[in-house]
Amino acid sequence: MATAAQRKRSDDAELPEDPAGRAHFDELIAADQRVEPTDWMPDAYRKTLVRQVSQHAHSEIIGMQPEGNWITRAPSLKRKAILMAKVQDEAGHGLYLYSAAQTLGTPRDKMTEDLISGKAKYSSIFNYPTPTWADMGSIGWLVDGAAICNQVPLCRASYGPYARAMVRICKEESFHQRQGFEILLHLSRGTKEQHEMAQESVNRWYAPALMMFGPPDADSPNSAQSMAWNIKRFSNDELRQRFVDMIVPQAEVLGLTLPDPAIKWNEERGHYDFGELDWDEFYEVLKGRGPANAIRLERRRTAHEEGAWVREAAAAYAERRRVESEKAQAA
Amino acid sequence: MSDQTFRISAGEALTAEKITEAGEKPTEAVANYALRLGDDALILAQRLGWWIARAPELEEDVALGNIALDQLGHARSFLSYAALAWDKTEDDLAYFRYEPEFVNLQLVEQPNGDFAATIARQFIISHFQFELYRRLVDSTDATLAAIAAKAVKEVDYHRDHATQWVLRLALGTEESRRRMIAGLGVMWPYVDEMFRDDDLVESLGDAAVRPSSLREDFDTVTGAVLAEAELEVPEGFVARGGGREGIHTEFFGPMLAEMQVLARAHPEATW
Ligand SMILES: [Fe+2]
Ligand SMILES: [Fe+2]
Repeated sequence: MATAAQRKRSDDAELPEDPAGRAHFDELIAADQRVEPTDWMPDAYRKTLVRQVSQHAHSEIIGMQPEGNWITRAPSLKRKAILMAKVQDEAGHGLYLYSAAQTLGTPRDKMTEDLISGKAKYSSIFNYPTPTWADMGSIGWLVDGAAICNQVPLCRASYGPYARAMVRICKEESFHQRQGFEILLHLSRGTKEQHEMAQESVNRWYAPALMMFGPPDADSPNSAQSMAWNIKRFSNDELRQRFVDMIVPQAEVLGLTLPDPAIKWNEERGHYDFGELDWDEFYEVLKGRGPANAIRLERRRTAHEEGAWVREAAAAYAERRRVESEKAQAA
Repeated sequence: MSDQTFRISAGEALTAEKITEAGEKPTEAVANYALRLGDDALILAQRLGWWIARAPELEEDVALGNIALDQLGHARSFLSYAALAWDKTEDDLAYFRYEPEFVNLQLVEQPNGDFAATIARQFIISHFQFELYRRLVDSTDATLAAIAAKAVKEVDYHRDHATQWVLRLALGTEESRRRMIAGLGVMWPYVDEMFRDDDLVESLGDAAVRPSSLREDFDTVTGAVLAEAELEVPEGFVARGGGREGIHTEFFGPMLAEMQVLARAHPEATW
């Protein structure tokens, strides 16, 4: 297992083709079965997965911040408890996903370095700020909601450790979406100020949430290969449509409007039509010019750097313990 | 400590909501006692919650988050119970009391400092809470006993977490040892206050636990850990205390203001 993982280190040169391994891999994909860490896999497949899984892990970790922002100010003890549990879940998701990525031969330290140096990407959605409590509702309802649309199909992704991590994660994400919906429902039916707070927040999060599915299919060059490998199951636009179809009736229940006058049921398509998104804005945020990019990364970097002495102490203590037990055994 | 046993009662599934629903009104004195324990847990949870997304490693984000959540759960139970005596809610008590009305120990309001200071605070409070709750399970007040029965198991994990970190930091590197000693030095002055008896506790008899009765076990257990960590029990300055009478250190006000800001901005709202 260790050798298999080492063999697949991303900085190694391209490995010579292994015909038997290749045949087995192709069979697994054709039969829609799981590829496991010990199986041979094409270098490009592994690279695609490392990129996707580590980006996903980074997103969970950075995603703790916009909501963590409200833990100390949550307006009721029950909401405080739910929010704390949710943000903690996201840390757990990050951990599962880093473990899945590690099975592909990339150490966690390397992934952490890439994140805090700004080299690795994470979901742009977390580069938007959370100035109001209602944003805890919008993030749960829209951001976790979009994540669910994206992630449910990933429970069947061809790479075993990733698919299994997603199964655990998806269970918790549906709770996250529900608590977000409940926050908004309560605000919407509350005082006038609360209702306005909810509407203003949904107005801000709607378009960024739709952009979470990535650029339109025509501008998404890597998607076809990912679909052929059974990593991706549906195109960006298909998933976006599914999401819109889900949230339009939910918004009605909430008594809130979505900030897109073009939303309209299309009888012929059997879907809701919706307006064009401002993709220039999306690419701006993606390039690191979102309202909170610098803040999020700086916070992650600070936590990591200020925690270095703690990690060093833990390592030194573990080593001390190891030496002690060796001595005890020798005696 | 594995030889210590405690009763596990039907209180296992006890939640703040169930306590409110049951509507079992405590006496004024029991309510005031529950308020103390609730405030300790609430203020500690508020401090610990800050660490989520700031911890030295992801595993600690999860661990400190767990501990904060447990403490918040205990706080909600104690406060929900106390609130029944005054026809109030847990949120009335958490969000609409002013500084002098809070009766938590001064220890729990101390700033997080660095990780070692937070661990020092955890080390002290979780050993204290464990000794307290494992006795409170025998309280003549059934609700207090039930809350304690749930809390003691969780706090047992908290003290283990803190103990392990005291050892790691004290015996890890030179820097971590220096910081651990400094952290204990900052927090230890607030130990004395935890064990003071007063009229309220005296009046409650076997419904409450006399703080002074915990001191010996606390000293023995923490002393053993500190010895293993090759640390001295910090000596010197003893804080005046007074948290149980609503006297707080200057760190408390800003923390409370942050906690209450949104709720107070919308006093007529529910969430
Ligand atoms: Fe997540
Ligand atoms: Fe989530």
